[in-house]
Parts: sequence; C-alpha cells; structure tokens
Amino acid sequence: MASGVMIFAEQREGKFRKIAFELLNIGKQLKDQVGGPLSAVVVGKGVEGLAQDLGKFGAEKVYLVDGDLFANYSSEGYAAAVAAAAKKADPAILLTGASTMGKDLSPRVCAKLATGLSSDCTKLEVQAGKLIATRPVYSGKCYVKTQVPNTTPQMAAVRPNAYAAAAAGGGSAELVKVDPGIGPDSLRAKVKEVVKSAAGKVDLTEANVIVSGGRGIKAAENFKILNELADVIGATVGASRAAVDSGYATQDMQVGQTGKVVNPNLYIACGISGAIQHLAGMRTSKVIVAVNKDSDAPIFQKADYGIVDDLFKVVPIMTEEFKKLLAE
Amino acid sequence: MKIVVCLKQTPDTEATIKLTADKQGIEEQNIKWVMNPYDEYAVEQALRLKEKHGGETVVVCMGPDRVTEAMRTALAMGMDKGVHLKDDAFAHSDATGTAKALAAAIKPLSPDLILCGRQAIDWDMAQVPAILAELLDMPQVTVVAKMEMGADGKSAVCNRRIEGGEEVVEVKFPAVLTCDKGLNEPRYASLPGIMKAKKKEIKPLGLAESGLSANDVGKASSKVQILEYLPLPERPPGKVFKEQETPDMVKQVVKLLREEAKII
Ligand SMILES: Cc1cc2nc3c(=O)[nH]c(=O)nc-3n(C[C@H](O)[C@H](O)[C@H](O)COP(=O)(O)OP(=O)(O)OC[C@H]3O[C@@H](n4cnc5c(N)ncnc54)[C@H](O)[C@@H]3O)c2cc1C
Ligand SMILES: Nc1ncnc2c1ncn2[C@@H]1O[C@H](COP(=O)(O)O)[C@@H](O)[C@H]1O
Repeated sequence: MASGVMIFAEQREGKFRKIAFELLNIGKQLKDQVGGPLSAVVVGKGVEGLAQDLGKFGAEKVYLVDGDLFANYSSEGYAAAVAAAAKKADPAILLTGASTMGKDLSPRVCAKLATGLSSDCTKLEVQAGKLIATRPVYSGKCYVKTQVPNTTPQMAAVRPNAYAAAAAGGGSAELVKVDPGIGPDSLRAKVKEVVKSAAGKVDLTEANVIVSGGRGIKAAENFKILNELADVIGATVGASRAAVDSGYATQDMQVGQTGKVVNPNLYIACGISGAIQHLAGMRTSKVIVAVNKDSDAPIFQKADYGIVDDLFKVVPIMTEEFKKLLAE
Repeated sequence: MKIVVCLKQTPDTEATIKLTADKQGIEEQNIKWVMNPYDEYAVEQALRLKEKHGGETVVVCMGPDRVTEAMRTALAMGMDKGVHLKDDAFAHSDATGTAKALAAAIKPLSPDLILCGRQAIDWDMAQVPAILAELLDMPQVTVVAKMEMGADGKSAVCNRRIEGGEEVVEVKFPAVLTCDKGLNEPRYASLPGIMKAKKKEIKPLGLAESGLSANDVGKASSKVQILEYLPLPERPPGKVFKEQETPDMVKQVVKLLREEAKII
C-alpha cells in the first residue's frame, strides 16, 4: 500500500533550488502524520553527490535518475523519470514546487500516474489520513480546499516561499537508482540553450523581499531609486503591468495575474494603485507596505503599513533609514 | 497546417466573486464572462501562423451554453470554426476530465499544433494542456513568450521564461504549446469579423458523439475533489501615515517593520 511522502527536489546546473528544501520541510511534517518514509527524487546529469546530500535535510531515501538525457530539463524526460521513481517508491503523497519547472512537470506526471493534482498550494495539512490542499483561486478573491480521495500518490504543487526551508542536520539517505527506460527519441521537445538574465539576482518568485514600482515611477531611469533601496535591504525589484507596458520595466519583472506570482515576507509597492490583477500576484505576501500619493488608492486597503506621499521623496529617505537601521 | 486553440471562458478578473451558501461553488448569476485572457494570445498566435503558412484554425471549448459567446469572439477575431463540447455530463470535470474531453474532440482533427493559454485565470491550474499533451502523446512547451517556426514547417523554436532567464526549446510537431503574455499583441474583433463570425460553424459535441463514457468525465470521474471554498481571511486594517513630514512617516514605518512586523 502506498505510504510516505516523496518530494521532487528541483535542481538546475547542479544546485538545488530553494523550493527543494521547502518541500523537505513540509514533507517531514506530513509524513509524521501519514506514516512511511520521506523520500526525494532527483533528476539530472552527474548529480549523484548532490542527491546524497539530501540525507542531511531529512530525506530517508533518495531516488536518482541520472544520465545524459537529463542534463537539461525536459517535460517528457523529467516526467518519465519522476513517474518511474514514484512507481518504485509508491508514496501516498507526491509534492513538487509550483515553480516554472514544477508547474510544467507536475500535470504531466499526474497524467502518467492517473491521479489528481492540486496546483499552486499555499497550505497543506493532513485530515483523516488524507492530504488537504488549500490555495487561492479567482485572482485571490477566495480560497479553495481540495483533496485527492481515491488515488495515489496524492499530488500537490506548492507555491515557493509558502514554507520555510528544512535546515541541515546529520542524517544520511539511502540512494536508489532508477532507470525510466527511455531513449533520446522520447524527447520531442529539447532545450537548446538557457539564456540568463541579470546574473546573481534572486528571482521574484523566490525572493523574500520585493520592492515594486508602478506607473507612478514615470520613467525607466527612475527605477534607479528602487534599485538603490533594493540593494540595501537585499530585495528583488518588481513592477506592475502598467510599468512594464509603458516600457519602464522588463516583462520578467511583472508581478500579477499575467506576470509572476510572488510570496515574499515583505512587499513594498511604490506608485502602484493596487488593481485586482496586481493583487492576484502578491496578495499572499506576509507584510505589505504601500507608498502612494493618493490616499484613496486601493492598495492601502491591503497594506499593513502605508505612506501617503510622493514616492520620489519617500523612497530615498527610506533607503537611508534602512541603511542606518541595518548598520546598528 | 491545422491549428487547434483550446479556449476557456472565465469570469472577468474584475468580477465580484460570491460563494454559494453551501461553500461548494461560486454564485454565477451576476458574473461577466470573458475569453480567458491567456487564450487571447493563443488565438492571435493561431491567426498569425495561418496568415503566414496557410491552413485551418479550429477553436475547441468545453463548457455550458454561455461559452459560445467566447467562441464567437474567437471566430470574430478570425478563427475558422469551432467545436463545442457541450453536455451536462462534462460539468464539474477536473483537469483530467477536461483534458480527456478535449482530447476526444481534437484527435479526429489530427492537428499539427494545439495552442492553449498558460493558465485559466479562474483556478490558475495550468494543468489541462500538459495532461492533454500526455493523453495525445505529444510534446509540450509551456509558458511560451516567443515562437519561431522551423524551416521544415514541422517544428518550432520557443522561448519560455524560467526563474532568472529563458529556456530556448526546439519542439517537433504535433505539439501542445501554452501561450504567455508577450508572445504577441492580440487583435480586436473587427466589425466585418463579427458579422462573418455569425455564419461560422460551431459544432456541438456531446458525450455520446465524443466516444467517451460517463466514467471519463464529470464530477464522478474527478480525482480532485473540492471540499469547500473559503472566503478571504480578514486582514486587520493597516497603519497608514499621511499629512506628516516625509521623514517622520518613513521613520515610523521603518520602526514598525523592525519592532512590530519583525521583518527587517
Ligand atoms: C486581463 C488583465 C490582466 C492583468 N494583469 C496584470 C498583472 O499581471 N499585473 C499588474 O500589475 N496589472 C495587471 N493588469 C492591469 C491592472 O488592471 C492595472 O491596470 C495595473 O496593475 C495598474 O498599474 P499601476 O498600479 O502601476 O498603475 P495605475 O493604476 O495607473 O496607478 C499608478 C499609481 O501611482 C500613484 N502615483 C503616481 N505618481 C506617484 C508619485 N509620484 N508618488 C506616489 N504615487 C504616485 C497614483 O496615485 C496611482 O495610484 C491586468 C489587467 C487585465 C485586464
Ligand atoms: N473547459 C476548457 N475548454 C477548452 N480549453 C480549456 C478548458 N479548460 C482549460 N482549457 C485550456 O487549458 C488552458 C489552461 O487551463 P487550466 O489548466 O485550467 O489552467 C486554458 O488556457 C485553455 O487553453
């Protein structure tokens, strides 16, 4: 009978993404309630050493799919790999991240395993032995709770930053090699190249602190003041759609329904009115600060802290104040 | 080439969402329904590919009677014809049920390309296209922000946004692609387009004609079960500072972020 929890430990270029450790943390909590082992599946090329490391973070078994075919991510290759590992491990619960990779991968795995998947979950719990997933729907205007009652594994894709990352301890994991039995012809879509943008920056979807600018920023060069603030507090800079569509910011910076869903501890919105489509992308932020010169801007209804004033006056002072505070 | 666009009708993003008394769904009466915004990019892409390479464009949609409105919009934009998966048996399908129904309608069309939206903005699942690709044994490329047809006319090179950059993916047809903002700028339906659309065919396809059984689709087939909808938790009113000297307001907020929110 299916038992335990398996997590997909996402890696790119031989490094685990933060979400892998977040899933190990929530996976541990869930397996304490459903019983059975906590396992991880790692897919890549030359990642055996990396896979072994997960023992320190609580994985009891690590299923490894390693080979040339898996050097880059591919929907077909990785789905075959994860499905093969899941068949071998037979977990009651299978978690992936709701990252770009996880969102592409999880439904394909779900179809291969003929089970059910809850996407982009912000909360997971166990009731009567079943996984209950909670997630925002309808642009974040309400939540829905779902379960996968009759099939296993019960699958869920978990929103990055919804859970803290597992801390390193002293454990070690048993390594199990898995061969999904596919050849190069099975990959009809192949990554030819990975183009990197601004190196070293934490992606918005993984960022703990975000400073965003909207139409109120008025020009691309004015993002400079947000960049300066971001540098001081270790933030990633985001933007509203209006800022992107006006050419002040690039598309990869857009937060919201047609941009990225972010989930930081702190979100500072500058010159953003707070349209429902923007809120849809940042509503689950733990603390929201709004800077807007219009006291009627809807963003103030969602903000924990607000300043009604000109952002061009506020932001440089804020940068200085944070600098002082962090120097203490 | 033959291109299928899968189109969903969703509530307008501005729509007020009210939960039903039993918390099992949302009140649908006063909702304004629109074409899922991401599906507009899929329709536009299909039209551009047809304009350049010729062929036929078919829009496929599963849903109740009201969805023909969104289908007509797609036809008015220029799509050639529609297939409407319409049967009470399809109601409350999960992503797998929906993908099964779509697959049944699409298979006989033998398309070269299936275009979907990145996600439907009602539930933001982003599940149906990948399950559809698996059911039809096709490759998938999701979140496509740029697409170039291959010289052979049987493949494409797609750019998809990932964390910290872009992946450039080469894909062989037939394939399922999901369309993201930035891929193109969707056109508006023209007046002649709207007139023409009235005469275009929308073929209804019921459960029996689709070749599926009642076990494949609908609520009973759903592997994902809705337990309940929950309203948003109340957020305590925020502390908003105004009509004070700028440095004073900033200092107070920074102090609160450290001492109250304990975040910096
Ligand atoms: C289908 C659909 C999808 C969408 N998806 C997204 C999405 O993903 N993300 C998104 O953000 N939007 C999205 N939108 C657009 C959304 O509806 C809003 O138009 C957009 O969020 C507005 O951006 P904004 O707040 O920057 O601009 P505005 O609404 O114009 O607000 C600008 C704000 O800046 C303030 N301001 C101006 N100057 C200053 C100053 N000097 N100091 C302080 N404040 C100042 C103003 O008071 C105002 O409140 C979508 C819309 C649709 C229809
Ligand atoms: N009922 C439906 N009819 C036709 N296409 C659909 C339907 N549901 C989903 N799709 C397609 O799948 C995409 C993603 O939807 P989802 O998986 O629900 O987020 C949509 O943008 C559509 O292209």
